[in-house]
Amino acid sequence: MSDTILDINKDNKEENVKLEVNNLNLFYGQFQALHNISMNIKANKITALIGPSGCGKSTFLKTLNRMNDLEENVSINGELKLDNTDIYKEMDALELRKRVGMVFQQPNPFPKTIYDNVAYGPRINGIKKKAQLDEIVERSLRQAAIWDELKDRLHKSALGLSGGQQQRLCIARTLAVEPEVVLMDEPTSALDPISTSKIEELANELKKKYTIVIVTHNMQQALRVADDTAFFLLGELIEFRDTKKLFSYPMDKRTEDYITGRFG
Amino acid sequence: MRSKFDEQLKSLNEEMIRMSSMIENAIKEAIEALLKQDVTKARQIMENDDYIDQEQKRIENICFQLLIQQQPVAKDLRNITAAMKMVTDMERIGDHAADISELTVVLSDVPYQVKIDNIKDMAKESIDMLKQAVTAYVDSDMKMAREVIEHDDVVDELFCKVKSDLIDVMQNNTAYEEHAADLLMVNKYLERIGDHATNIAEWVIFSLDDKGIKKS
Repeated sequence: MSDTILDINKDNKEENVKLEVNNLNLFYGQFQALHNISMNIKANKITALIGPSGCGKSTFLKTLNRMNDLEENVSINGELKLDNTDIYKEMDALELRKRVGMVFQQPNPFPKTIYDNVAYGPRINGIKKKAQLDEIVERSLRQAAIWDELKDRLHKSALGLSGGQQQRLCIARTLAVEPEVVLMDEPTSALDPISTSKIEELANELKKKYTIVIVTHNMQQALRVADDTAFFLLGELIEFRDTKKLFSYPMDKRTEDYITGRFG
Repeated sequence: MRSKFDEQLKSLNEEMIRMSSMIENAIKEAIEALLKQDVTKARQIMENDDYIDQEQKRIENICFQLLIQQQPVAKDLRNITAAMKMVTDMERIGDHAADISELTVVLSDVPYQVKIDNIKDMAKESIDMLKQAVTAYVDSDMKMAREVIEHDDVVDELFCKVKSDLIDVMQNNTAYEEHAADLLMVNKYLERIGDHATNIAEWVIFSLDDKGIKKS
C-alpha cells in the first residue's frame, strides 16, 4: 500500500492511462473552484466522481472536454492530457469533443426524428451517404441498447420517447461520432429505477470499447458501476482509488464521513 | 443527519448485550447444574435454548433492516456484518450450554469420581472471554478484543489438563469409563466456547480495523 493518499491518487501509472491530469487549477474569476487536481483516469474503465453539491466534480468533468471554454471568466492552469497530448495546449477543442463525448443530466434530444438525432454528429463530420448513415444509426442504437425498442419508429420524433429512452438515445448520439471517452454528468438522476439500471448495464457494456467518467450523487450507483472512484470536497480531490476499497476502507476521515452520511 | 441510523445501531448494540448476557447465564447455570447434578435445572436450560435462538433471529432481522434501509458502507457495513457473524457464534455457545445440560442429565445417576475443579475453572475462563469479546464490540475496544484471542491459550491448556486427568480415570477405573467419556465431552464443549469467543473477538477486530485510516 502506498504511504499517502496523494501517492494513491497517482499510483496507477503502470496501467493504461487514458486521461492524465497534473496539478489542475480552475478559477471562476477570483474564485478557485478546483485545487491542484492530479489523477490518472484509466482506459476502458468506469471512473466515478462523487462529492457533495458544489465540490467541483461537475466542473472537473467539464474540463475533460473543455466545456468550460464556453463560459466566461474561467481560467485554467495545469496539465490535462488525452493519450499524452495536452488537450488545452496541443489540441483543437472541436477535435477534442469528437474524441471525448458528453451525456448530460437531463436527456436533451434535438426536436428531430430519432434517426436525425443519431445521424446529426456524423453528418456534421461530412458523412452524407445514406447507407453509411443507416449503418452508423443502427450500430449506435444497438450499442446504446435501444435498437430493438426504436427500430420501427426511427422517423418519429425523439421527443415522444420516455425519459429513459431519451437518455439512451442521447448516449447513442454521443456514440455515433465514435468517441474514445464518454463523460456522463449524473445521467440517471432524472430517471426511474428500471431506466437507471438499463443505463448502468449499458455503461458496463460500453467500457469494453470506451473510457467512461461518470458524475453521480448516488453512491450505490458508484459502487455498482465504477471501477475507480474519486471523492471531491471543496474543489479538492480527497481520495481516488479502487471503488471497492474506497467504500470498504476509506483512507481519509473526510471520505468516510461523507460516504457514511455524516455530512453532505 | 443520520440520527435514525445511529438509533438503529444503538438498538443493535443493546440486543447484542442482551444476547450476550443470555448465553453467559446459560453457561453459568449449566455448569452449576453439572456440579450439583441438578437435573431439573439442566432440563430448564435445555428448554431456554429456544429463547436464545429467538434472540439470534431478532438480531439478524435488525441487521437485515439496517442493510436494506441504510445501505451501509465502510465502518457501518463492517459493524453490521460483524454483528451478523457474531450472533452465529453466540448461538452456538448457547447450544453448547444445552449440550452440557444434556450430559448433566446422563451424569446425574452416580456421584462424580473425579475432581471437577478444572472444569469449573474452564467454565469461568470461557465466560470471561465471551463477556470481554462482547464488551470489546460494544465499546469498540480493539485492545480488549486482542486480549480475548490471546486468552484462548489458557482455556486450551486447561482443556489438555482435564483431558489427561480423565484419561487417567478411564485407565484406572473402568467402571467409570463411560461417565469419564461424557465429562470429556463437557470439557470439549467448554473448549469450543472459548473458540467461539475467539471468533467473536476476531469479528470485533474486523469491524474496527480501518486499515490505517488517516484521521484529520
